[in-house]
Amino acid sequence: MQPTFSSSRILLPVRPWFIYLSLFAALLLNLLPTAYWPGIPDWVALVLCFWSVRESRRVGMGWAFILGLLMDVADGAVLGQHCFAYVLLAFLSTSLSRRLLWFPLGEQALQVLPLLLLTQVIQLLVRLLVGADFPGWSYFIGPFVAALLWVPATFVLLLPQYRPVEQNPDRPI
Amino acid sequence: MAGIDHAPPPFFKQGPAPLALLTFYVLISLAIFVVDLRFRSLDLLRQSIALVVDPVQRVAQTPGSLVDYSRSYLEGMQHLQQENEALRSAKLSTAPGLLRLEQLEAENERLRKLLAVKERENASGQVAQILYTARDPFSRKVIVDKGQQSGIVAGQPAIDESGVVGQVTRVFPFSAEITLITDKNQAVPVQIVRSGQRSVVFGLGNGQLELRYMPTNADVQVGDLLVTSGLDGIFPQGFPVAKVVKVERESAYAFARIICAPLGAVENFGEIMILDPRAPLPPRPAEVSGRADGGDRAARSKKKRAAKGN
Repeated sequence: MQPTFSSSRILLPVRPWFIYLSLFAALLLNLLPTAYWPGIPDWVALVLCFWSVRESRRVGMGWAFILGLLMDVADGAVLGQHCFAYVLLAFLSTSLSRRLLWFPLGEQALQVLPLLLLTQVIQLLVRLLVGADFPGWSYFIGPFVAALLWVPATFVLLLPQYRPVEQNPDRPI
Repeated sequence: MAGIDHAPPPFFKQGPAPLALLTFYVLISLAIFVVDLRFRSLDLLRQSIALVVDPVQRVAQTPGSLVDYSRSYLEGMQHLQQENEALRSAKLSTAPGLLRLEQLEAENERLRKLLAVKERENASGQVAQILYTARDPFSRKVIVDKGQQSGIVAGQPAIDESGVVGQVTRVFPFSAEITLITDKNQAVPVQIVRSGQRSVVFGLGNGQLELRYMPTNADVQVGDLLVTSGLDGIFPQGFPVAKVVKVERESAYAFARIICAPLGAVENFGEIMILDPRAPLPPRPAEVSGRADGGDRAARSKKKRAAKGN
């Protein structure tokens, strides 16, 4: 696989443990005290979206559901709220993955933004439906920051798959 | 006809169709959403997941608490001495009241006995440390470090040194979730100290409280102190809850809009006290049948209960 489909650079195959490690790290980032600052993105949603775009065979709705359940309990939210949003996010990013990877990174981020925004809006809607309070507009800053972070996140999460640029011409791989 | 048996080679096996999977997961999510919200019967599931998440959460909170700890350590001697001084003078200034408190309580007890009013319960409890705020932006809850291990049960009230903070709503093995009184629709039965009027104060979700269902001509003034009335059988009587900060009376509405500010340090971190559950209230007196209309009767029995509670 390449970083984007139009790139000529071939990546190493992904290591499954790195996927799970990055998802766990995202969960840990979400649980940090920084999560209360305005504009801090939902790391789990970002990493989940990334892997469902890149490796939709490995990370999909099942993982989204489990992570959602964990986030629900960690947040003290109603069970099922994050599950619903994450499952939908995983489904949409998987179905978008064939198209998304043809674009350069900046335009990928633009296309990912509606998905991340949707995860947030769905959570807001289900909670508003059952009588919660509107948490304020700063609630919506997170997805925009997350979309901005799409480019660095791609770089960091693909780092173990890059191969050195100067290669020994005697060895094909 | 073995060749026509078109089972796809395992190479193409991808499990169920994505749309089917999506429907499946979405239905499950919505089902547990509704069950958790309406029936609250998924606490076992939540507790078992919390067993996994809780350690991770505590690890994630460690850097912050380490920073706090080192800051307080480095603040050093001088600060401690100043604080010590301030506390000593505070102790001295409250001493007259405290010294007389014992005598007043004894006198109060005697007078209550004279009046044949039920004795006031003693409030005792255990101190718990607030670990972190629940991250859910739709509600106001905190997590404390005492749980089922310390015998905490759902429903226990939580106070700090200046007033009521909230109520335990969920208990996990090693932690408990406390819903703050400022959470939307968290209700506390209160009494206005100045006029003795009973009411219920509701959280607004924005750090303030509202005294609802008070008629426009109700005797409420800015600055009135609200204390728990103890009628609910959960909060002990007489703990300060809030102070009235704004009263809007408009004749267009049946009720006045009364905004209050909590007295306890509701949105702060620190230590709180979780009070032991109260002894159950005496059962409601049996209704005498064959009386006048029901509404009248309900009002009367309410009055009776109020008299008991006081």
